[in-house]
Amino acid sequence: MKVGIPSEIFPNELRVAATPKTVKRLQKQGFEVQIQKGAGVKANFSDKEFEEAGAKIVNTAADIYGTSDIVLKVKEPSVEEVGMMKEGLVMLSYLWPAQNQDLLQKLADKKVNAIAMDAIPRISRAQKMDVLSSMANISGYRAVIEGSYHFGRFLNGQITAAGKVEPAKVLVIGAGVAGLAAIGAANSLGAIVRAFDTRKEVAEQIESMGATFLTVEINEDGATSSGYSKEMSKEFIEAEMKLFSEQAKECDIVITTAQIPGRAAPKLWMDYHVAAMKPGSVIVDLAASTGGNCALTKNGEVYTTDNGVTMVGKLNQLPSQASQLYGNNLCHLLDDMGKNEKWKIDMEDAVVSRAMVTYNGKINWPPAPLPVSPTAGGKVKVVPPTAEEQKISDDAKAKKATTSMFITLAIVGGLLFLVGKYAPSEFIQHFTVFVLAVFVGWQLITNVAHALHTPLMAVTNAISGIIVVGGLLQTTDDIKSPMTIIAGIAILIASINIVGGFLVTHRMLKMFKK
Amino acid sequence: MFIVKEIQTAAYLFASILFILSLGGLSSQESAKRGVLFGIIGMAIAIIATVLGEGVSGHIYIISAIAIASVIGLMVARKVEMTSMPQLVAILHSFVGLAAVLVGFGSYLDPKTQLLQGAEHSIHLVEVFVGIFIGAITFTGSIIAWGKLDGKIPSKPWSFSGLQIMNLSLMIASTVLGVFFCKAEGTSGMLPLLIMTAIASFVGVVLVMAIGGGDMPVVVSMLNSYSGWAAAAAGFMLGNDLLIVTGALVGSSGAILSMHMCHAMNRSFFSVIFANATASSSQGGEKKAIEGEVTALNHEEVAALLKEAKSVVIVPGYGMAVAKAQYPIYDMVQTLRKAGKNVRFAIHPVAGRLPGHMNVLLAEANVPYDIVLEMDEINEDMPSTDVAMVIGANDVVNPSAQDDPASSIYGMPVIEVWKAEKVIIMKRSMSAGYSGEDNPLFYKPNSEMLYGDAKVSVEKLLGFLKA
Repeated sequence: MKVGIPSEIFPNELRVAATPKTVKRLQKQGFEVQIQKGAGVKANFSDKEFEEAGAKIVNTAADIYGTSDIVLKVKEPSVEEVGMMKEGLVMLSYLWPAQNQDLLQKLADKKVNAIAMDAIPRISRAQKMDVLSSMANISGYRAVIEGSYHFGRFLNGQITAAGKVEPAKVLVIGAGVAGLAAIGAANSLGAIVRAFDTRKEVAEQIESMGATFLTVEINEDGATSSGYSKEMSKEFIEAEMKLFSEQAKECDIVITTAQIPGRAAPKLWMDYHVAAMKPGSVIVDLAASTGGNCALTKNGEVYTTDNGVTMVGKLNQLPSQASQLYGNNLCHLLDDMGKNEKWKIDMEDAVVSRAMVTYNGKINWPPAPLPVSPTAGGKVKVVPPTAEEQKISDDAKAKKATTSMFITLAIVGGLLFLVGKYAPSEFIQHFTVFVLAVFVGWQLITNVAHALHTPLMAVTNAISGIIVVGGLLQTTDDIKSPMTIIAGIAILIASINIVGGFLVTHRMLKMFKK
Repeated sequence: MFIVKEIQTAAYLFASILFILSLGGLSSQESAKRGVLFGIIGMAIAIIATVLGEGVSGHIYIISAIAIASVIGLMVARKVEMTSMPQLVAILHSFVGLAAVLVGFGSYLDPKTQLLQGAEHSIHLVEVFVGIFIGAITFTGSIIAWGKLDGKIPSKPWSFSGLQIMNLSLMIASTVLGVFFCKAEGTSGMLPLLIMTAIASFVGVVLVMAIGGGDMPVVVSMLNSYSGWAAAAAGFMLGNDLLIVTGALVGSSGAILSMHMCHAMNRSFFSVIFANATASSSQGGEKKAIEGEVTALNHEEVAALLKEAKSVVIVPGYGMAVAKAQYPIYDMVQTLRKAGKNVRFAIHPVAGRLPGHMNVLLAEANVPYDIVLEMDEINEDMPSTDVAMVIGANDVVNPSAQDDPASSIYGMPVIEVWKAEKVIIMKRSMSAGYSGEDNPLFYKPNSEMLYGDAKVSVEKLLGFLKA
């Protein structure tokens, strides 16, 4: 099968969907690769490099769209580009299906099977294909670099012969992939980093990257099952704004990364926050393309406000690096779809069925929801049932448990009655003690730490040496009587057990330390 | 000098409380040492109160027996190496079992018990019979467990198809013998009692022989539980509440520990105790064919990988214990941590041959316990780990447990090392683990083998890392 890579026609798009490295990889997967002349120039990859990697250079986009079986692209295609596509073509690119219904219709009419790379579900298996994460990683890093470029001072603190330099304070708002990447980059440049997120669960991730987690004193968690934050209550937002006002006076660089897919970015950094900032401070708004998190952001522009704050509303995409990562994401997806040999569009597959937004002439959007949780490992979590469902099933369970509990108790009661009826009173007394002790033992051990199982076993072993008491009671003054001999041996071995068991436990425990 | 019965009972009550506190103390690291102290005090009180009690004679023999035993116990406990802890625990269990058998016989021969009448007499005989039965199973079972753990007996499960039926018929035979025994006058029931003891000893052997080395943690804690029940039975026959309480404590705590272990292996308690692995958890069907090939690296290459890695997870197994590699491993960990890497240990609940075995070994090598994590804690972090090092572990990192329903360990939770960027498996050869399952992990594209004895290998790695 032929894989084709056209040039990106959108003027601000510097990336390309393949690099010489990924071209080699595609060939390893068994594909033939053709690339449009000059496709990689803006990302610093020459045609020669592509040719050396084994790609065929094709002159026009029409050739690419007309003769390839699979087309790899970055930006969503224009109307003209869709016009060039042949029927049955598989196209991989950004599509933003929620905003581009018309485009989806056009693709469906053309019977193009389009995969929206931005619609790859964020589950662990698909992490390697998650372009949003790989691109966010780049923009987070770049935000720090550009912020630092516009900021007139060092980021790290220094004490030099020429005087002392205070470290810069960086505030990162939103700790998604981009936010975390920004925290990491700023931290490694030596800045003091703080980060804010409405989701409490990311506090640990923020701290692991080296930033201080800022929070407001209102107990509300913004985490949702989709992995993005929900909108917060009015009180929360007020507290948040107050927190930002305090931070605005102190922070030198503010990086905002809050985005909601398919919607305008939330306004988090107001004009009065900007006004409160020191001259020379910088705001880098990664959400500029969707309206900006800062009220004063101008998309695609860098300018300085009246009070000397630099507003950065556009970022260099690091096209070479971005192309490489994006290309890798595409390769991983093709890997998953069976490479050349076993190529199959499997609509049963959780990843493909959600990302394939048009298939066989039909629009396949929006897909069935697939909740994920953005925990450290990106692990899929089971959907928690709604409170009501949970309550109903809990009630049913509790009812069932109660019933079986009553049956068990009735049986136990009956048995005890029989014991009471026939057994002598002394036995009943011992039996009472026995049963209660069994319960105590059960309760004691239920919450023992796993690491202590071996010492626990050694100690219970030593304690079960209590059987020595039996031997003690049976010894007589007559050494020759078989009873004394048997009892003597019992005492001997039980005592070895007691002494050995306790001592060895002690030895083990001495070694445990924090 | 005698103490009255009431004082003795009070002393027993105090000893029981101390034992409960002792077991409770072992539930956390901080209170564990105090727990042992409580246990020792409790035991001392129990013994002194018994010896001083009315009706105890032959003090000279008692004292000399305890003195000899203490010396032996001290020597054994001092000499034993941490790696052979499982063996020691197993053999100590057998002592309790044997003592229970002896106490049972002693109680049967005791002229005082011959005077009992009617129901009391029958109940006493049943108690003796049951006590000896449990004691004998504990005794021989523990000896076999010790032999398996020490490598003196092959650890492969030894079993045949009629095993269950045979065990069942032996149980029935024992019950019949029990009826004869209870009806016998005076001490003339000695013969059925002896035959039953022989049968119970045989059952103990067969029970443990049928269990594979991988399930040993469960067996050891089960035998621990048995030794407690044996002590409790002895308490019933002697009418001694202290024995009953203590035996019941140990018995039930051992039982719940075994159940914890089984839970960790996703097996039912009965399938571990009464059947071999394949019959219980395998869901049938074709075994998955393993694709890919095994690739190996040398020490220098592995050291280079470690130098580049930012986060490393070490998964130790029984192989580490065998090679006594915990010291050089911790040396290596310290070297890596000094270089700013995040190095942690991941412990599977059933790694090793004894519950918590790995924790004890790592503690011996001074590894701080806050970098030693449990399976559930570490699995989340696996995808963001650069290098996972598997040292002498096999079944606990076997991906078949998750994706191959035909595998005998299917459904057992495992440490997902294959999600790490790179997996290094240190192993002596390509042989299978205790479950006898082949491990597809070795064939994964991101795993590399490092052959050789774990200790020697780690020392070599350390050399390259420090160079």
